[in-house]
Amino acid sequence: MPNLSYLKALNRAIGDEMDRDPDVCVFGEDVGVAVTHATAGLLKRFGPERVLDTPISEQAFTSFATGAAMAGLRPLIEFQIPALLFLVFEQIANQAHKFSLMTGGQTRVPVTYLLPGSGSRESWAGQHSDHPYSLFAHVGVKTVVPATPSDAYGLLATAIRDDDPVVVFAPSGALGVREDVDFAGLAPVPLGVGRIHRGGTDVTVVAVGHLVHDALAVAEELAGSVSVEVFDPRSLFPFDWSGLAASLERTGRLVVVDDSNRSCGIGAEIVATAAEEMRLIAPPRRVTRPDGAVLPFARGLDLACQPTRAQLRAAVEKAVKAG
Amino acid sequence: MTDATTGPATGPAAALYRSVALIRGFEQRAIELVRAKVVLGGIHPYTGQEAIAAGTCAALRPDDVITSTHRGHGHVLAKGADPARMMAELAGRTTGLNRGRGGSMHAADFGVGVLGANAIVGAAVPIAAGAAWAFRRAGSDRVALSYFGDGAVSQGVVLETFNLAALWRVPVVLVCENNGFATSMRTADTVAGSILGRAAAFGIPARTVDGTDPEAVLDATAEAVAHARTGRGPTLLECTTYRFDAHHTWEHTARPRYRTDAEVAAGRARDPLEIQGARIPATTRDAIDAELAELLDRAVRFACESPHPDPATALDHLYATGMRARAGAL
Repeated sequence: MPNLSYLKALNRAIGDEMDRDPDVCVFGEDVGVAVTHATAGLLKRFGPERVLDTPISEQAFTSFATGAAMAGLRPLIEFQIPALLFLVFEQIANQAHKFSLMTGGQTRVPVTYLLPGSGSRESWAGQHSDHPYSLFAHVGVKTVVPATPSDAYGLLATAIRDDDPVVVFAPSGALGVREDVDFAGLAPVPLGVGRIHRGGTDVTVVAVGHLVHDALAVAEELAGSVSVEVFDPRSLFPFDWSGLAASLERTGRLVVVDDSNRSCGIGAEIVATAAEEMRLIAPPRRVTRPDGAVLPFARGLDLACQPTRAQLRAAVEKAVKAG
Repeated sequence: MTDATTGPATGPAAALYRSVALIRGFEQRAIELVRAKVVLGGIHPYTGQEAIAAGTCAALRPDDVITSTHRGHGHVLAKGADPARMMAELAGRTTGLNRGRGGSMHAADFGVGVLGANAIVGAAVPIAAGAAWAFRRAGSDRVALSYFGDGAVSQGVVLETFNLAALWRVPVVLVCENNGFATSMRTADTVAGSILGRAAAFGIPARTVDGTDPEAVLDATAEAVAHARTGRGPTLLECTTYRFDAHHTWEHTARPRYRTDAEVAAGRARDPLEIQGARIPATTRDAIDAELAELLDRAVRFACESPHPDPATALDHLYATGMRARAGAL
């Protein structure tokens, strides 16, 4: 069975969707030579009218894609760095996202924003290490964070086919993940449907993106003493609330591990919703970056700000003890 | 073009006059409805700048598109939107162009090629360019025209778009409505260098046009549209004009002073309505005025008598896919 890397899965999803639908086109900086590898081979395969190297003008080409989408195309924009999303927050959150409602349903803006390499990239320092998915979930832009190669393929394909703007965060911590897959079995994955990677009865760990793999490792470490269920929401907006509720019916305990800042992060939303609406027999816990964190350059400092397996393990043990 | 002597009831000059007069009359009624609190949130009146909307849209085909600004009523009407549905939109009614979801600053009518007015200065310029690029890619000769004010020429995204549009020869016409003020700031106090100089930096042909003369605007736009349609890329038109009224209707309460009465009087003396009105027979003008008065009375009645949207539908259309968001309270 072929062994598929996460990055190759993204590349394959874009290529397959471009094959399937001639309206899909790619914009981005250095997408022709595929600096990030996500667009490798696409220029040669589909030509310069469908794969466009843009000047370094993120704000213009982001709204340019909005206009192209209103005129019938399905652009995918690749951003090399997650922090560029701060630069184009106006173009996504205040323009693309708002057009459907503001026009009373007259138009749609099917643009996909792909971030291959979100989060810490081993000492790329303050302006290259953010993981701003919570901001997009907050404003209601469809937000996706795949953890595995097959989900990366399936969620990106769905994002491209979606009639609304969708941001796809591919965590740098997941890019190296490989998976044995049957290529014929690769298929779109719906937004808003979580995935249980490992069943359990004592505690539900909701893990976002690459942290799914850390959660699975912690679950394995604790296997003899605690039965951990690992729940991967896969998309943060929409979120699979019923899937989480069903998991908490089984476990009654919740720990969220999320590589974004603590205050107003997606972890806070998950904990709040569970507390309001779901079965909990112990106080829920969060493991996140610190409030307002800016990732420092030195590797040890960078790592000190990210959720660790040790922190997750401690949170799981506290949750189990409390209930 | 001028048919003041030959005097057919229809014809290009009369059509331009009708377009200017329609916008003028619409704005006057909209201001009245703001005062009457039928239109909430106020409006940015276009009074005095009508020649630009009328002249530019007269040079476009129905299948061409425009993007507009926060001062967008004139553009939307000149492109062919129904004045009654536009008035209903200002009044926030279900019968409005945007079903009451957009209001004055977001009026859109995709049926006549209006991709939306936009409340962020300069934000719609790349949207027009992207649409124009998509038309060309589809093998069509449709063009997009984007309006923006003199304040927008200091927005980075606008200048980035100049670069993209010139680089890729995008069929877009860039129309800068220079009314002399970015809200209260004089152009000279906000624009270093010149507006035309910005286009020159990107190799975009540019010219200044008398934006109070509908026919001058039409002629210049026709040339720019032909340039775009035949694959030669963007053109910048700097249309000089003067807004007769406040930046926004709240000014009548706040009354900020940034221009003198004498200056306003001088500006009002170059009135597009009179300039174009003088080019058609008085009888034609009277007939058009009468027709518009009735049409706008009907528009106001239609707006005032249309239903308000049901609050339960507040987030309808939030997602094109029909996805429903969670409620804010349980």
